[in-house]
Amino acid sequence: MDYIQPFNRILLVGCNECVTVCSAGGRKEVGLLSSALQSAFLSAGKSIDIKEHTLERQCDPEYVEELVGMMDGVDAVVSMACGCGVQEVARRYKNKPVFPAVNTKFMGASERQGVWAERCQGCGNCLLGITGGICPIARCSKQLMNGPCGGSTNGKCEISKEVDCAWQLIWDRLKMLGQEERYLDIIPAKDWRTAGGGGPRKIVREDLAG
Amino acid sequence: MEKFEPVIVAFCCHYCAYTAADMAGSQRLDYPPNVKIIRVPCSGKVDAIHILKAFERGADGVYVAGCLEGDCHFKNGNLKAEKQVQYLKKSLDEIGIGGDRLEMVFMSAGMGELFARKAKEMTEKIRQLGPSPVHTQLEQQAKQKAS
Repeated sequence: MDYIQPFNRILLVGCNECVTVCSAGGRKEVGLLSSALQSAFLSAGKSIDIKEHTLERQCDPEYVEELVGMMDGVDAVVSMACGCGVQEVARRYKNKPVFPAVNTKFMGASERQGVWAERCQGCGNCLLGITGGICPIARCSKQLMNGPCGGSTNGKCEISKEVDCAWQLIWDRLKMLGQEERYLDIIPAKDWRTAGGGGPRKIVREDLAG
Repeated sequence: MEKFEPVIVAFCCHYCAYTAADMAGSQRLDYPPNVKIIRVPCSGKVDAIHILKAFERGADGVYVAGCLEGDCHFKNGNLKAEKQVQYLKKSLDEIGIGGDRLEMVFMSAGMGELFARKAKEMTEKIRQLGPSPVHTQLEQQAKQKAS
């Protein structure tokens, strides 16, 4: 609210992709936030004009282009996409302030309805093939590469009883697959350049890129 | 200041509270005309957006009335509604409207007397709280427009 306080006409933009399925920034959440903001500003004695729009995707310029016609009538844009969407909108519409309305935290999977947990850190050189399909980078608190630490008790991590020990999960799964010998393989120290240590990352598909 | 008459929206499940309201009518029970009833197929069908929109348009209080625990026609819509209401109360606090303007109540179709009592209780509670800040602003805006 502090972000948009100085503005009178806001464009609130949702995204139909990932943020929709995790109930964070789809059409439905755009409606809810719009109504909540309207009431919050009214309560404080200010009326603002909020336009709602939800794009198919906010991380592709083709879709972000659709907002062209709406930009003249607004003072600022509030994006309910992940950080990629916010930045794409900001890149395309350089003269409009763009603010994030979703606090993007991690790449996760849904454990059950309404619960999401981190599964992937996008670190490059994927290890899942040798760790039984369970990631020690995203799911071990210490990102250990060769078995658990002394803090693993009854399958739980020492940081919290709510957190599974990734290496316990890996061992259980390797046993189930009859691949116990995999556990003996020494995984060398990870080269973190592919995980962002080498600067911002980029993928170029030569066959697709013009 | 003129006497404050709260506007209260009651989302009533067709299988219980709505029928209870009917029952209250047949029994000639008095309940405040402040309560505007909206019939829904199940209290679980009441979405956050319906509740937020009611407040945005100036309702001073909202309540969702569903079946008694275990009696939901659709298994557990009433319990889902309660979760939703509890969650929204926090949002209403953040918005500045106040979570205590929203309530969940449970009753069966035969409880006409309870329906009338809940309507009275809610009206009295909201009367004590005073008009919602949104309601006050909307009224001021309307006055400014008129003058």
